[in-house]
Amino acid sequence: MDIGTLLHDLIFDYTLRTVALGAGVLGIVSGALGSFAVLRRQSLLGDAMSHAALPGIVISFLITRSKAPLPLMLGALVAGWLGTLAIMSIVRTTRIKYDSALGFVLSVFFGAGLMLLTFVQRLPDARQAGLDTFLFGQAAALLQRDVITMSILGGAAICILALFWKEFKLLSFDIEFGASVGFPMRLLDILLTTLIVVAIVIGLQAVGVVLMSAMLVAPAAAARQWTDRLGLMVAISAAFGSLAGVVGAVMSSMVPRLSTGPTIVLCISAVVLFSLLLAPNRGLVWNWARHQRNRRKLRLEAVLSDLYVLASQHEDQDHSHSIAVLKAMNRGQGGVKRSLDEMEARGWARQVQPQEWVLTSSGREEASRLHQDQEEVER
Amino acid sequence: MTSIQVEIQLIAAVTAAACALPGVFLVLRRMAMMSDAISHTVLLGIVLGFFLTGDLASPVLIIGAALTGVLTVSLVEVLNRTRLVKEDTAIGLVFPVLFSIAVILISRYAGDVHLDTDAVLLGELAFAPFDRFTPFGYDLGPVALFLMGSILLVNLAFIFLFYKELKLATFDPGLAAALGFVPGVLHYALMGVVSVTVVGAFEAVGSILVVALMIAPPITAYLLTDNLARMIATSALIGVAGAISGYWLAHLLDASIAGSMAASFGLIFFVVLLLAPRRGLFATALRRVRQSGEFARTLLIIHLLNHEGLPEAEQENNMEQLHEHLRWEPDFTVRTVRQAVQLGLVSRLNGHLVLTESGRGFARQAIVR
Repeated sequence: MDIGTLLHDLIFDYTLRTVALGAGVLGIVSGALGSFAVLRRQSLLGDAMSHAALPGIVISFLITRSKAPLPLMLGALVAGWLGTLAIMSIVRTTRIKYDSALGFVLSVFFGAGLMLLTFVQRLPDARQAGLDTFLFGQAAALLQRDVITMSILGGAAICILALFWKEFKLLSFDIEFGASVGFPMRLLDILLTTLIVVAIVIGLQAVGVVLMSAMLVAPAAAARQWTDRLGLMVAISAAFGSLAGVVGAVMSSMVPRLSTGPTIVLCISAVVLFSLLLAPNRGLVWNWARHQRNRRKLRLEAVLSDLYVLASQHEDQDHSHSIAVLKAMNRGQGGVKRSLDEMEARGWARQVQPQEWVLTSSGREEASRLHQDQEEVER
Repeated sequence: MTSIQVEIQLIAAVTAAACALPGVFLVLRRMAMMSDAISHTVLLGIVLGFFLTGDLASPVLIIGAALTGVLTVSLVEVLNRTRLVKEDTAIGLVFPVLFSIAVILISRYAGDVHLDTDAVLLGELAFAPFDRFTPFGYDLGPVALFLMGSILLVNLAFIFLFYKELKLATFDPGLAAALGFVPGVLHYALMGVVSVTVVGAFEAVGSILVVALMIAPPITAYLLTDNLARMIATSALIGVAGAISGYWLAHLLDASIAGSMAASFGLIFFVVLLLAPRRGLFATALRRVRQSGEFARTLLIIHLLNHEGLPEAEQENNMEQLHEHLRWEPDFTVRTVRQAVQLGLVSRLNGHLVLTESGRGFARQAIVR
């Protein structure tokens, strides 16, 4: 499929357009809010809350008997919110640690949801909420009204985020200071967590429970590598999230039997890998290159200094020294020959006979400067 | 009870006990969420093992699953060591990737085979007894019972053999490393045990409820005891109790067994949280009330001692004005005085409070302390 038809389909094909739009909206909302979850070390909260939402969805379905998105989302919201409160109060009132509380609430809420789901399955009009959809998401089944609901909820969440920007920033970086200036930090914590639950609820239908946590964590983890500023990080994270959403949706529509949710997750994970390796400053590749450069510099200085010391022990400054001696002085380091070659290229040393080296006058100057620097440092 | 019912309960109980044992160490080492990650990623191992053998019952699947469990842990560790992301983020990045790969592999290449992701994630304990273990034509019982029984034995043996090492590495990894116990190796061994247990268990209860079985009993036991050996034993017992009560809850409501088991673990935890003898919410509240009463009484007798025999004692130790001097609510003052009188620390003498002999002794001690 060439780009032209793809663009044409993206605009005029109902299913593809809906799915891509839905995934894009989801990516923006979860990317923006996920930044806060990641910064506050609550990356796994998303996982816990998306599981904890199940009983809410089932109960809401049992009450309304409809699959309209809004009541189901509200049910999920309430259950996810209760789950979070349960986690917070377990950690506050007992000595149980955060991770255990998270796992406990996640599995117990989910189990309770499963139990309730058996009642749904026994209903005479067994139009059940669709466990499959809930677990793995079913982006292909997204309808335009779903996308509209998602956009409204997500838009509201982003607006609140913008409104409380300063407070949430304080909450993420310096709670004590915020409390001392008089902000209600507990309430803000609950508000921010509620917004994260909103983002999760939006995504459940598109990518499902299991993969929703990736949509929160991955864009933010990738964006974190590119910047140290919160505003920029949130923007990059939202951009990464929506990009991965749209690309994943398009890819899964082009390849038969390629589920949308997992494809989106693989896309965003590829972005994470790229960022971890190649982001400026923090990227692992640059880090490694920097490390190599430093090592080479240190080795060069070591060989230069060795040669200088050897030369100073001889009356004749042009007396050459064998590479074997230098190697012995740098045992376990290696790379002596390479350092010598580099010194020759810089005009600090020259090879008088094969395997025999001597410092040039500029090399001597360089070495004595190095020694002086070192003495100064030691002083 | 029919024999099927007995067998289901046996499988549930053995599975719960097998999960609770390594769960204790996950909870204590703050790695509880690793069980969640592993329970998702073993799906990849199962899928790959299935592609390799083409047989869903092959033991290769279990080995593959255990290996992916260990792979998950090492990937998280690698990511963590780059120091570009925090540990929780690393877990949150790794398991969705492996899980996504598994789901895509299933839907693309194994769509027509019975490798049902629902079944893997949710499990169905009710069907477990129908898969019989019949070597040489003798029906010995359900396969699941034998599988989980052997995993339980392996876990017991692991904890029994490496109890000292596990204890040390859990509570003081630095000392363990200094003494040459290689906590890293032990860590991976523990993760291997967790993976095998997860694989065995989720056939019966599904992968998400494995997390409940691994975490709920240990954290409940954590509220009941401070002793590691006792915590392990209590967890196993709570696991068995939750499994069996969960079964009957499911029976009563005619609901999913695995779901009911998780719900019953939730109930047990809640009850223990309220009623645990020392760390329960009631016990803590009671202790707080008692301590505040004790503190108030001590303050009262010290106040009396300070002014005893001095000219202002007339005013300071007067029942009417006492609350003003101590800056207490009048009600609270009356209550505290009554308790102090009951305990024989002070006595009333026409509107005044006087220390008794023992009250004076206590007050002096309190000051010294």
